[in-house]
Amino acid sequence: MNRFYTLIAVLVAVGLGLLLFLMNRSSSPAIPVQVAVTAADTAGFQGYVLGSETAPVTITEYADYQCPACQSFEMVEFPYVKERLIQTGKVRFIYRDFPLDQPHRWARLAAHSAACASDQNKFWEQHEAIYRTQGEWSPSGDAGAIFRNLARQGGLDIAAYDECMRSLKYAGRIQASLDEGVRVGVNSTPSLRIGDRLYAGVQPYDKVKAVVDSLIAAGGTAPTP
Amino acid sequence: MTRRMAIAVLCVGGLFVSAYLWMFKLGLMGTIACGSGGCVTVQLSPYSEFLGVDVALLGLLGYGAMLGLALVSLQPQFAAGGWPVRWLALLSGGAFLFSLYLWYVELFVIHAICRWCVASSVFVTLAFVLALLEVRGAPGRGTTP
Repeated sequence: MNRFYTLIAVLVAVGLGLLLFLMNRSSSPAIPVQVAVTAADTAGFQGYVLGSETAPVTITEYADYQCPACQSFEMVEFPYVKERLIQTGKVRFIYRDFPLDQPHRWARLAAHSAACASDQNKFWEQHEAIYRTQGEWSPSGDAGAIFRNLARQGGLDIAAYDECMRSLKYAGRIQASLDEGVRVGVNSTPSLRIGDRLYAGVQPYDKVKAVVDSLIAAGGTAPTP
Repeated sequence: MTRRMAIAVLCVGGLFVSAYLWMFKLGLMGTIACGSGGCVTVQLSPYSEFLGVDVALLGLLGYGAMLGLALVSLQPQFAAGGWPVRWLALLSGGAFLFSLYLWYVELFVIHAICRWCVASSVFVTLAFVLALLEVRGAPGRGTTP
């Protein structure tokens, strides 16, 4: 009988050790893939918006943080779009998540990290930092730790950020963005919806500008909801 | 007695599986070790709660109660069986039926399998079978639950 109680004690000790190990193993929460989207997930949210509400043209980008082509657009083309089209009042830019879970296992986590930064009005800073460091976290086994570090470097309140990440509260919103992208015909990233037309792949600034200019000449347009 | 010991060992296993899943729900675990997205899907679905109580927490309480009963049943005064064994059979029977319900939900409603839940249902099924064998093999003594 004593051997039995010893066995139970050993099992309890091993179990507690395992739980502690698993608790400290990773700081990357798992963002659910098949989450049910509720009305609260989408209420009042149409994407992350940059630019004037009165801009004559709206561009919606559907992108995946782990997609190299999206990084290319973000790093190479977007600065021009931002400086010459958004900041000049010609374009209202909307970023929407379109995570491709296979093979991008960290795409939703990255999207959730940026969403948590938006709680502290730091979405675009975290967004840029995540894309900039894609080569570092994409092959990592613990991207969450890297996102957290970026958040800290970006001056976010880390306790609030951690709480937000643990809550998984934006999982539904991310799924809703993905669903919306599918509804408008997105099947690859990045995709830009300019006016009512969808442009798949990395669009060079010159092409974006040409489309925007032609829409403005035609009287401007915003995408149909 | 050996069967009751085996039940106690199974309950310790189930206790830690439930604790792990509950701690994940509480946000204490980060990623869940699963090998597929099934565990997250199941754990974050509306079916991860039953009557407003987290299923993992129910598991934790259930396994805790069964472990307690198994340990009590090992005391010399219950060597021939008695109420702890019958309660053990009753509780593990309920847990077994509940695991069948969870299997149904995972397979036909959520369409995702959580490997930890599979492990738990194996523990519960074995515990139930062993408890039944104990009840059938023991003459019984004490009050009926």
